[in-house]
Amino acid sequence: MNHVVNMSDATPQSLHVAELKVREVRDQWTLLSLATPAILIIVLVILVPVGWLFYLSFVGSDGQPSLEHYRKMIEYKSYARVFMTTFQVSILTTLICILIGYPLAYFLALLPKRWTGIFMLAVLLPFWTSLLVRTYAWLVLLQKNGLVNEFAIHIGLWDSPVKLVHNMTGTLIGMAHIMLPFLVLPLYGSMKKIDRDLMYAAANLGASPIKAFWQVYFPLSLSGMVAGSLIVFVLCLGFYVTPAVLGGGRVVMVATQITAILENQFNWGAASALGVVLLVATLIVLYVAARLFKFDAALFGKN
Amino acid sequence: MASQPEIEPLDSSTALPIHIGGLTKTYGDLYALDSVDLEIKSGEFLTLLGPSGSGKTTLLMAIAGFNRPDSGSIRFGEAEMILTPPHRREVGMVFQSYALFPHMSVAENIAFPLKLRGIGTEECAERVAEALATVQLSDLGERGIDQLSGGQKQRVALARAFVFRPRILLMDEPLSALDKKLREQMQIELKHLHRQLGVTTVYVTHDQREALTMSDRIAVINRGKLAQVDTPEAIYNHPANSFVADFIGESTMLPLTRGESGQLCFRNHLITANPANDTADNWLLVIRPERLFITEEDKEDLEQTIVFEGMVQESVFQGETAFALIAIDDQYNLSVRFGTGSTSQKNAMRPGDRVSVGLHREDVVIIPWDC
Repeated sequence: MNHVVNMSDATPQSLHVAELKVREVRDQWTLLSLATPAILIIVLVILVPVGWLFYLSFVGSDGQPSLEHYRKMIEYKSYARVFMTTFQVSILTTLICILIGYPLAYFLALLPKRWTGIFMLAVLLPFWTSLLVRTYAWLVLLQKNGLVNEFAIHIGLWDSPVKLVHNMTGTLIGMAHIMLPFLVLPLYGSMKKIDRDLMYAAANLGASPIKAFWQVYFPLSLSGMVAGSLIVFVLCLGFYVTPAVLGGGRVVMVATQITAILENQFNWGAASALGVVLLVATLIVLYVAARLFKFDAALFGKN
Repeated sequence: MASQPEIEPLDSSTALPIHIGGLTKTYGDLYALDSVDLEIKSGEFLTLLGPSGSGKTTLLMAIAGFNRPDSGSIRFGEAEMILTPPHRREVGMVFQSYALFPHMSVAENIAFPLKLRGIGTEECAERVAEALATVQLSDLGERGIDQLSGGQKQRVALARAFVFRPRILLMDEPLSALDKKLREQMQIELKHLHRQLGVTTVYVTHDQREALTMSDRIAVINRGKLAQVDTPEAIYNHPANSFVADFIGESTMLPLTRGESGQLCFRNHLITANPANDTADNWLLVIRPERLFITEEDKEDLEQTIVFEGMVQESVFQGETAFALIAIDDQYNLSVRFGTGSTSQKNAMRPGDRVSVGLHREDVVIIPWDC
């Protein structure tokens, strides 16, 4: 009997339309206002200086627009070498981090909950110590009469002190140590999301533990590994402190080179051009990786 | 379902019986399995039924090989399996979470166990197609797992579990994530599939209605021990103890007192003159709500029927049945369930009405009171 609800004046579609719309818009603005400080900072601290940098790189030493900085980069072999070194160090560091980090993340992901905290602390601890302190600590450990050399000689690994620092070896050791958490954390995250039942299912269907790992676990952890590797790789590209200290001037990466240009020649244009090329190279690497691994998802937070 | 292709059933000699003996598994002080003995016949559909934490999943996982019992024996046919790792046990399993590999398509998921067994591409494709047809998903082979609905995932998981022709199939609450309608439909389909495959099936659920619907036999499990193992009818009509009576179906349990000549009574109602066995001192009368009926005392033959007098506390309509709570004294209420047909004389029941409730003596079930 009561199945028709009477709407005395207005038709149902037109009730409170304007007022509801106002509130909807107000909610959206409230939300946006929360992000305003961050957006301002990004514009002021990143976009403006990078734009300025970009502009400077196209200004010649006579103050006129010119491509001379870029032309020099092609002409002088030393620049090519700097870029080679930069990519070499970045790739090697990333590989070392994967080799050490994958088993570590796997171990963490399999630990019972109450132990995860303690071991996670060990991974995160380096984050809380100054980068400079850690780098100099490696300098002390790896030097000619340092702990590592003395210990290795003591147990007979090698006879006379080996040069472990002020070269590529030292740089890689220091870089890998500093970058490791950036790989382990996203990798651990993706491993934690792998349902335990999937491994049970693989075993149940006849896969030996090794086959189950390679056919199920590894492919599913790949997204975390690629994300972590990209973070490490990109951070390495622009890294300054560790190669400067542990490389002892022999491992010249782009960041070191930029400092050198600024300190020795005070040439903003040349330094800017290097920065721009590094930025473009980084973007290209990210783009290629994204296409290769269909990886926009992990980078941009889609599922 | 008539259009389904009949797949080759296993003959009963290839389905395997499972013998479980003295199986014990502890977690600290807790006995998840307490010396469980269970014989699962070749080709039967056995359901492990119990509340959460009862040990039913632990038992299933032990059969699959995913947990390591402290002691005991699990034999498939004649072969001792307790030390065999899960990937060599050759049992199919359907997981509660389905556990479909998200990085593989539907067809790749189903082909996974076949490829591991070195089956050639052609036969592999054939058997995948056959399995997909059996679960009525023939068109979805190329789909990704996240493009499937819950019911479809369920079917893919099922196909993957039987495609390599295991002789034992395990299912861990496979329908619990589905909505009620789909669940009931799948129950019938699973039952049908079991008949088709003829494979020994162990099914875990906490849903007693599901257990009653699907099983050849039900093993009711509580606190790591088997409370009763029997057919659904026997479990429902003749529960062995108060746990089973309480857990399976609805029931009212009334404590009985022993009269001078050994007869069992509730208040002044004689329940049974000579109880079949004297193994216990204390007994409970178990009454299923639907076995009670509204009557009038002078209409019933008291030789055939026990009649309780009471007052209606609450009466609710629940669709196909209605339900009333009737106080027979200040301590005990009887639950009564009856049909809702238009001729039902109970429709007019109101709280506060006085009614008589009858129970045929052949429906009397008494169980030892194990408190």
